[in-house]
Amino acid sequence: MISISEARETNGMVSEENLDVRTITMGINIIDCADPDIKEFCRKIYDRITQRAERLVKTGDDIAYEFGVPVVNKRISITPISLAAASCRADSYVEIAQTLDKAAKEVGVNFIGGFSALVHKGITQSDQRLIDSVPEALSVTERVCSSINLGSSRSGINMDAVKQMGGIIKKTAYMSREQDSLGCAKFVVFCNAVEDNPFMAGAFHGVGERDCAINVGISGPGVVKKALEEVRGADFEALCEMVKRTAFKITRAGQLVAREASKRLDVQFGIIDLSLAPTPAIGDSVAEILQEMGLEEVGAPGTTAALAILNDNVKKGGVMASSYVGGLSGAFIPVSEDHGMIVAVEKGALTLEKLEAMTCVCSVGLDMIAIPGDTSENTISGIIADEMAIGMVNNKTTAVRVIPVYGKSAGDTVTFGGLLGYAPVMNVNKFSCDGFVERGGRIPAPIHSFKN
Amino acid sequence: MKAIITVLGKDQVGIIAKVCVYLAERNVNVLDISQTIVKGYFDMIMIVDITNMECSFGELAGGLDELGQKIGVMIKGQREEIFENMHRI
Repeated sequence: MISISEARETNGMVSEENLDVRTITMGINIIDCADPDIKEFCRKIYDRITQRAERLVKTGDDIAYEFGVPVVNKRISITPISLAAASCRADSYVEIAQTLDKAAKEVGVNFIGGFSALVHKGITQSDQRLIDSVPEALSVTERVCSSINLGSSRSGINMDAVKQMGGIIKKTAYMSREQDSLGCAKFVVFCNAVEDNPFMAGAFHGVGERDCAINVGISGPGVVKKALEEVRGADFEALCEMVKRTAFKITRAGQLVAREASKRLDVQFGIIDLSLAPTPAIGDSVAEILQEMGLEEVGAPGTTAALAILNDNVKKGGVMASSYVGGLSGAFIPVSEDHGMIVAVEKGALTLEKLEAMTCVCSVGLDMIAIPGDTSENTISGIIADEMAIGMVNNKTTAVRVIPVYGKSAGDTVTFGGLLGYAPVMNVNKFSCDGFVERGGRIPAPIHSFKN
Repeated sequence: MKAIITVLGKDQVGIIAKVCVYLAERNVNVLDISQTIVKGYFDMIMIVDITNMECSFGELAGGLDELGQKIGVMIKGQREEIFENMHRI
């Protein structure tokens, strides 16, 4: 039987250390909704989404109530729209985005992901229509998230698409300028995008998935931070052991919620994504974990090593707790969503270049970083190319979600609100990469032997 | 099947009695209790057996919630699985 002290430990994690299940994300296949008439396509996907996810929010809330662990978000991911809408005779997909927004509001989820295209090797006509629709789609909708996969370790990096992204991101920033360019916070580009990621903005329901799946993203940086306080000053073995043990417990909570949601919704369980995802709340920060390991501020020498330890041991503890670990899994390092990161930037400890180095060992990439509004399109494409190269060469998922905030410069502060937080605008290297970005074409896939 | 009941709030006469009466009326058996008072605040955790409970778990938790509001403390009922899963391999 469970002991009183174990019951107290679990409840303490929730009440004092911000343990929560960050999201239950229902993946829904919409490929078979294809129709040449865009209006008919929109009707079909609206019906599909609202029927499949009708009980999602209620079920998530019920489970949270009965088990006493908050389920913060209920979300939906769908088949990339560039595939599902490919047969539509239309010049723009904005109407589809509006339909997704309406469906999300109808079932009460706060985000729906999948206004997406996979262009890592080439761009189809449908992909191009989707890319061209992104800036308007993200400014006229509230809950739709968009992602583009630009590269992979097997096919290389589509630099034609990377070049376009600079312009798309700037245009999105301009079209949502009244809200501090919030549109860009709902748009992410990937290298090696995963098909079962439950986290936004990059969630989509991959083509290798079944008709409907429940994927659960769990979190709890505060719990790890608190646990590490017990091994302050101890050696790395003790440190790693503590991270693993804590990750195990957190993952088991997520596994239970996922199984229960899957049973109650009669939808098959997909994966657990055991990412440490911070929020702007104090005590819910990945940066604070790194500081607890012994850094004065994130960005100090040693930061990359500390993050590597954290990321690896979170996975090691997690895979012991669940056989179906997937998604992104590891530690996220968004800037605007993490109190400790924000402070580090404000103090001048953390720069964009250091963040780039950290993405070599974190679970994703450059995330929620506000940059000056006058950053050029090609510079943004250059930042993306660097990040894609890290992912391609190291066989990992990398991503870029930067926000060139219209009318703001380095040192200003922007507020996105809610889980998206607030951020100081970071300085960007002023030297040009125009000649590189404008070459066009595709960077070939890297060789996979001679590993040094 | 077991459940965990947590009670937190300002100390007063009869908290345990009221919770136990409520549980007994629904045929819920108390297995273990830990209770402390910290600076006038009442803090209790109970482990109870709900195998022969005469209502659904949702009703039990909802009823405890209401009882808590009536006497001015927070009462939370949780299913045991979350604790089992976290602390046992």
